[in-house]
Amino acid sequence: MIPAAVIGIGQTKYDSKRRDVSMPGLIREAIDKAIIQAGVEWQDIDAVVLGKAPDMFEGVMMPELFLADAIGAYNKPLLRVHTAGSVGGSTAIMAATHITSGQYKCVLTVSFEKQSESNATWALSPKYPYTPHINAGAGGYFAPYMREYIRRSKAPEHIGWQVAVKDRRNANLNPLAHLQIPNIDLEMVKNTPMLWEPLRYLESCPSSDGACALVIASKEVAKGKNAAWIKGMSIRSEGTLSAGRDEVNPLAGQMCAKDIYSQAGITNPLKEIDCAEIYVPFSWYEPMWLENLGFAELNQGWKFTDSGKTELSGEIPFNMSGGVLSSNPIGASGMIRFGEAALQVMGLAGEHQVDNANVAMGHAYGGAAQFFAMWIVSSHQ
Amino acid sequence: MKRIGIVGYSQNKIKRDAGSANEVELIMPVVHKVLETTNLTQSHIDFTCSGSCDYLQGAAFAFVEGLNAIQTYPPIKESHVEMDAAWALYESYLRILSGEAEIALVYGFGKSSPGNLDQIMSLQLDPYYVAPLSPDRVNLAGLQANSMIKAGILTREEMYLAISAASRNGLNNPNAIKIDNPSWDEYLMGEIVSSPLTKFDCSPVSDGASAMIIATEDACEKFNLSPVWIDKIGHQVDSANLGFRDLTQVKPVSDLLEKFKIDLSSIDVIESHTQFSHEVVLLSKIFNCSIEEINPSGGPLVGNVMMAAGLDAIGHTFEKLQNHSAKTGLAHAASGPCLQQNLLAYLRCDS
Repeated sequence: MIPAAVIGIGQTKYDSKRRDVSMPGLIREAIDKAIIQAGVEWQDIDAVVLGKAPDMFEGVMMPELFLADAIGAYNKPLLRVHTAGSVGGSTAIMAATHITSGQYKCVLTVSFEKQSESNATWALSPKYPYTPHINAGAGGYFAPYMREYIRRSKAPEHIGWQVAVKDRRNANLNPLAHLQIPNIDLEMVKNTPMLWEPLRYLESCPSSDGACALVIASKEVAKGKNAAWIKGMSIRSEGTLSAGRDEVNPLAGQMCAKDIYSQAGITNPLKEIDCAEIYVPFSWYEPMWLENLGFAELNQGWKFTDSGKTELSGEIPFNMSGGVLSSNPIGASGMIRFGEAALQVMGLAGEHQVDNANVAMGHAYGGAAQFFAMWIVSSHQ
Repeated sequence: MKRIGIVGYSQNKIKRDAGSANEVELIMPVVHKVLETTNLTQSHIDFTCSGSCDYLQGAAFAFVEGLNAIQTYPPIKESHVEMDAAWALYESYLRILSGEAEIALVYGFGKSSPGNLDQIMSLQLDPYYVAPLSPDRVNLAGLQANSMIKAGILTREEMYLAISAASRNGLNNPNAIKIDNPSWDEYLMGEIVSSPLTKFDCSPVSDGASAMIIATEDACEKFNLSPVWIDKIGHQVDSANLGFRDLTQVKPVSDLLEKFKIDLSSIDVIESHTQFSHEVVLLSKIFNCSIEEINPSGGPLVGNVMMAAGLDAIGHTFEKLQNHSAKTGLAHAASGPCLQQNLLAYLRCDS
């Protein structure tokens, strides 16, 4: 594979309503930071790849067209990716594929969501002709998967609260995080209303406005720059209605993880990966993904959470930035995971930096837990 | 650089209204057919990419529904562009070049009949400065046609010629919608949709799907496939600000032609993604060919499946090269108001 590296990461301040900026303004906040960090100029950018989740979130159809000028794509190739919730991750991978194809030297990729323009739960409850309308939103859709996980693993109720507290404590170290809850603890989470059994209000992600941008470059362009080298990247999908699929522990997730570990030469992810930014929009997805991605044995993932292994100073820190539970502009959430993984190995994660992080993982999923995008980045080429 | 070729293409018969057929029912026949014609099965496909648009369906996740048309268990490497499937082809091309796949399946689908397409397309416009003025798709196309008339590079006669050629060529295309060729007088008396465009100048609202398979040279040898090579492929987007653009030109197409460095006079077949008669005239001028020569399939004026019509231009070009009625072909795909975004693919047969 032709080497590719992240050389610039830019993120907006995440908030429930970014009324101070338009869509182009929001996106440029992220892009400008990424380009400055990368130390490149607009004319160095060969192509732009934009990703976002359903266009109904903002009510603009194929918005990359009207954004062409604001994102610097004018007179350049512009590609628009949409793979549901995994889109931020699959967009970063598509941008990196521009480099690994040998056709491009320096690519800008950006993903965004300005969810305050619309209502996410409405947009996530599509009503198709001739099909029963579920009207569940994301939480209602995933709650049965989590109940089944609890049944299989016999995990105690407090695990979900622990994930919610841990991620929000990490968010308090990340000035860009949407949710800032200084005094968060188990009692507070436990006392919030039940939304979708087993999920309480504070065990759920917020709805955010925000954007994330990455500059991904070839070896020649990255030379001499602080860079996060992409050692493995992959995507997998399985159909919503595929017979035999296990929604709780999806095969697509397992296969995608195996693929990137094998590309990166990783045989023991727990020992060889220093930290991971994993797509956890609802608390119980931490133990579920710990198992799905091979960090923990089947039905044992919750014990990692319980014993603090996923904390910032733990054996395998998960979501040092506060994760999706603290900031969730849906279309960008995957790219934030990928970008935060890069920040860790570049040593630029600030207060939420993991000491000596050399190998980090970024992960995103979407749809009915059916679309997966993952990558491994390293401080070494 | 690895050689990558198109090895199969399939298109549904385009309908003005596919009735109750859903995404799966539109996509499944074309995927099965393209696999049949190449003697491949889905287990040979390393990467799948589709092009579709949620707003045509009127609900989020059109592509997720569409995915049920193909075999996805065990899980597959799959991605989706919210664009015409010509760009899904481009993504697949890059994936193959990067070594991720040897054989890729591309499909695009669109069902425009349930909504008001002209109004829906105006949701593509800048929501702050342009969309509130409510220009619809045909209004903007009319703006471009008028700019061309004012610049002296378009006449009603040429527009009529484009319609007649499309109608005539469409008769030889079994998947095309049959469009009656108006007489010159009928054309002049035609109902104006947005001056100077009459209903005859606009492509029909269409439902359908198309699929294509591309493969590396090695895979072609291994599976005994007869490829038409994608010799050059590229795309470029223009400014979104119509006022900043010279609407009498298509800068991305001109820039791409300059990059491709191909001799236009040596090209045997040209298919363009031209949804209005004046666009046919404009592209034929840029490609330096006559209005009768461009779009031997009839082009979008006789069937315009949103999110597939660009891939269809490439597919129709491929068909002409595959049956050896041509040796070189140029295909064009477009997106956005007034041909804002463009893709060109230069196809070639082994001589």
